[in-house]
Amino acid sequence: MEWRDQGAVISVRPQGETSAIIEVFTQAHGRHAGVVRGGASRKMAAMLQPGSQVDVVWRARLSEQIGNFKVEPLRSRAGVLDNRLNLAGLNAICAMLHTALPDREPHPALYARSIALLDALQTPGWPPDYLRWEMILLEELGFALDLTQCAISGSREDLAYVSPKTGRAVNRDAAGEWAGRLLPLPAVLLGQGPASPVEIAQGLAVTGHFLNRALEPTLNGKPLPEARARLLGILAKNGADQE
Amino acid sequence: MEQSRDIEVLIELMARLPGLGPRSARRAVLALLKKRGPLMAPLAQAMATVALTAKDCVICGNIGTAEVCPICSDDARATGEICVVEDVSDLWAMERGGVFHGRYHVLGGTLSALDAIGPDELGIPRLVDRARDATEVILALNATVDGQTTAHYIADALAGLGVRITSLAQGVPIGGELNYLDDGTIGAALRARRQF
Repeated sequence: MEWRDQGAVISVRPQGETSAIIEVFTQAHGRHAGVVRGGASRKMAAMLQPGSQVDVVWRARLSEQIGNFKVEPLRSRAGVLDNRLNLAGLNAICAMLHTALPDREPHPALYARSIALLDALQTPGWPPDYLRWEMILLEELGFALDLTQCAISGSREDLAYVSPKTGRAVNRDAAGEWAGRLLPLPAVLLGQGPASPVEIAQGLAVTGHFLNRALEPTLNGKPLPEARARLLGILAKNGADQE
Repeated sequence: MEQSRDIEVLIELMARLPGLGPRSARRAVLALLKKRGPLMAPLAQAMATVALTAKDCVICGNIGTAEVCPICSDDARATGEICVVEDVSDLWAMERGGVFHGRYHVLGGTLSALDAIGPDELGIPRLVDRARDATEVILALNATVDGQTTAHYIADALAGLGVRITSLAQGVPIGGELNYLDDGTIGAALRARRQF
């Protein structure tokens, strides 16, 4: 068995003294693990950091084996290391991909958006893109939000809430006395208006609610990855500092 | 080949050491057996002594043979500077350089959600307590995603104390050639350029 693909390293764990087990998110093979011989060496350390873009050749005798990766570096994303928000974004993306995606299942649309988002991390203004990326992640997990029209009235105007059960939008008037039980729908989730830190935080609360539901069997009662919580904390702090 | 059971046990234990496999452990044990008097007996005695006396320093986490390590008990090193390192091996590397004359704080790892290592496991609350009396905290953590994530977390935890927080520079190593550096290191070096 052998294939070649490109992807982003999303996790690295030592294997023995000299090797490493890495997970790479690739376009055609999804989240795929493999052993890198010599992966613990100083020479390989810079290449095998989460977020690095690599070219990999995977080989195994049988498809169900973990197999070995031969890794070539394509580009480093080490530029995010000195900025706490950008680094938190990189950690959150890698941790969410590691937690949410099944093994070896291709998600080409999510791959394209993930790579674009990882590349955007070194430029300011990426947090709204991260929010949209989580919506695509939900779509890929089969929990797409339907924010095109009100689930009750069918109206496309004044959509102000999301049903926490169905993930469908609800019009402000139609929500009536149930408004308190619904999730606020920030305009940024509809692709409208400026993405203020408060709106992004509200949007991430919505996606977080549905990611928790989508990943319930995987998480087994545990919360979403700590890296995501840290990103939310930094975004909230930055938002508070701006106000 | 039949060996004495005791020697086999010794080989098995040696093979667990980093850098040694079964074959190299066998070679090392054979070398010790050939130098039983001058090498093996003093080594065994030194290991037995250290096994009984080795302790983690209650202040910084360094390994020594007393409750408080020689660095923490040295008044000349009370400069108000605390250098935060990931592991005791990093502390030893800094001491080899002989250029830092303050004290240390050994975390014992980095934050890792995958391995369930949180701030408490790394003694970060203890570091915050120590930093109240410090003038500068130097974050000498590895230039890896985990190392820098931990550094940012510590910087956030110390932010309200008014202590100066610095980190090691990142860039071209001594003897390094640009041609052989990865693009991340070149980028870091360029961002940290200084007046020449």
